[in-house]
Amino acid sequence: MKANPSDVFTGTYYIDGDVAAAYGALAAGCKFLGGYPITPSTEAAEAFARKAPYVGAQFIQMEDELGSIASVLGASWAGKKSMTITSGPGYSLMMENIGLGAAMETPFVIINIQRSGPSTGVPTSTGQADIMQSRWGANGDYEIIALAPDSPQESFDFTIKAFNLAERYRVPVMFMADECVGHMTEKVVVPDASEIEIEPRRFYKGKKEEYIPYKRDKDLVSPIVKAGDGYHLYVTGLTHDERGYPILDNLSPFNIDQAKVRNKKSTNQYLVDKIRKNKDKIIELQENQLDDAEVVIVSYGITSRVSYRALEQARKEGIKAGMLRLITVWPFPDDRITELAKKVKGFVVPEINYGQIVFEVDRCSHGEANTILVPHGGASVHKPDDILGAIKKIMADDKKYDNIVEYTTSLEKQVFKGCLAEKIRKRQR
Amino acid sequence: MESVQIQQKEKRHPMENLLRMDRMPHIWCTGCGIGNAVSAFADALAILDFDLDKVCVVSGIGCTGRVAGYIKVDSFHTTHGRAIPYATGIKLGNPDLKVIVISGDGDLVSIGGNHFVHAARRNIDLTVILVNNFIYAMTGGQVAPTTPIPAYTTTSPFGNFETPSNVPQLAEAAGAVYVARWTALHMRRLTYSIVDACKKPGFSVVEVISPCAMYYSRINKLGDGLDMMRFYYDHSMIKHGEPTDHLEIDYQKEIIVGKFVDRERPTFSESMKKWLEG
Repeated sequence: MKANPSDVFTGTYYIDGDVAAAYGALAAGCKFLGGYPITPSTEAAEAFARKAPYVGAQFIQMEDELGSIASVLGASWAGKKSMTITSGPGYSLMMENIGLGAAMETPFVIINIQRSGPSTGVPTSTGQADIMQSRWGANGDYEIIALAPDSPQESFDFTIKAFNLAERYRVPVMFMADECVGHMTEKVVVPDASEIEIEPRRFYKGKKEEYIPYKRDKDLVSPIVKAGDGYHLYVTGLTHDERGYPILDNLSPFNIDQAKVRNKKSTNQYLVDKIRKNKDKIIELQENQLDDAEVVIVSYGITSRVSYRALEQARKEGIKAGMLRLITVWPFPDDRITELAKKVKGFVVPEINYGQIVFEVDRCSHGEANTILVPHGGASVHKPDDILGAIKKIMADDKKYDNIVEYTTSLEKQVFKGCLAEKIRKRQR
Repeated sequence: MESVQIQQKEKRHPMENLLRMDRMPHIWCTGCGIGNAVSAFADALAILDFDLDKVCVVSGIGCTGRVAGYIKVDSFHTTHGRAIPYATGIKLGNPDLKVIVISGDGDLVSIGGNHFVHAARRNIDLTVILVNNFIYAMTGGQVAPTTPIPAYTTTSPFGNFETPSNVPQLAEAAGAVYVARWTALHMRRLTYSIVDACKKPGFSVVEVISPCAMYYSRINKLGDGLDMMRFYYDHSMIKHGEPTDHLEIDYQKEIIVGKFVDRERPTFSESMKKWLEG
């Protein structure tokens, strides 16, 4: 389906990633935003609030993030494409209802403009340390989809993609941008509505009497209905069977319909299967000079832009380097990494954290290739030289690493030097 | 001779079109008052004659949180404390729906207290039926923000010393347009109060004082559910329009019931519409 022309603000803009994300959401048909102000994501909510009345969308600033995510779930069940916008601490507060969204199989999008952490961290500076949280944050087993843009243009494009995936798989989709992308101002082209492909909500179309809430199609996704359509649906965060009824009932010795409910099993398995079994359709990667690569940079988000520079430099120096950029961070491209591990000497994983995706890369390489982490504590991005240094280290080392090797970045060296100089100065006094 | 066939009348529950009979029996204990609140609500729905397709019930977590699962309208059983913001999302997502929140005192006043206050302040068009049994019953009888001094609970083993919340006062102060309190005994009045609250545009609150025979009355040696009902009969006093600061509930003392607040304030949607169009 094409986007609705009235939702698309076609034109060429010079805007930041936050605003681009808001425009993307509107173009995707998002009609509800429940938000709560948090740096560095506020610009997105502000942009949405400014445009909302013109496209018939509803913006509400809730009392806290707990409320904003709950309102997003409610609006989604009322039939509206919905999202919330937040950052680190707010994202942490939302976890319980992300679990509820996953359990109820509610489509919605969370825009997380990541900042440095933990806790309040450095609110105005960048980070990529919520990546594992985005997958494992709520209690219990479930799967989500996460996307990582690296420019304001992608901020626009990927928000649409996020909504499409959410509707397609009835799953919460995490849009994991970072402060750098959020506050970076660049040219953003909002195309004509006829060029934007959007996934409409997959409403149930069969007979009302035959409707079974969690009966799955061949992709393991069930069609959805909305409140007010007369299906008298019951949705719950309790583990339920395909009727949506808590399985506790089925186990209860007091249940008069034992014979009827004995075979009604939990649908929990589908919460992971619907993503894992469809991951080939979901995963999107950007590959760069991988054909002859001996060392591969695996990166995502803003880090991938820095990595391009390192890649360019390495090639200039005659090192056969390549790059694998994760557009969908979750589900993780296990198979592709395993395949590459057999061919290459090693992986360089730069992240603005002290190691998250690097563990996934190392896991998937099954000991076939070396893995170097180029960590970064946040507040800025990597220096391309550090990534290049790590590439050179992999090329130089002949032995197999026992474990993931942490590359000492120039920034850390500087900090160390600074401390030492301070000490010497004190002693001289 | 022709055999006479006696047609047995099909046994039907009078509320069958309002309750999910395939989920019965429900989980509530003998002597619990939540069933009364559900009956009153179902009766109110019958009186109101709403299009049932356009009614939504949202519950949080706890004993009362399970209400959503037994009422045959679009019903949502959400996370602990988040029934009101969830309902806010539904109402704003589709303003044609009549959204009713039914949940307990722990859910709405303690963990969801902030949402209660702010939904009342915004005057979102919701009806809240707050079943107050003075205790966290689903988890086994812990102290609640409504537990009177000095009632015993499992986490106030020497008696409660915290000042309990006065729910009608909280609701009025926060901006609710309709506030009433009844006990599980006042079925007829409770039913009509729910009818009034549902008709009233804006944030309306009906508090239902309910016996918890399994935990509250057992640990405090107050007898069973019927004894609690007898207590309500003897000790409740109807005082319509009573100032809400007089409505604290002391341990085993008089419970003032009635309709306390009924006022007009523009709802969130009305204000928004007026503001944006004006």
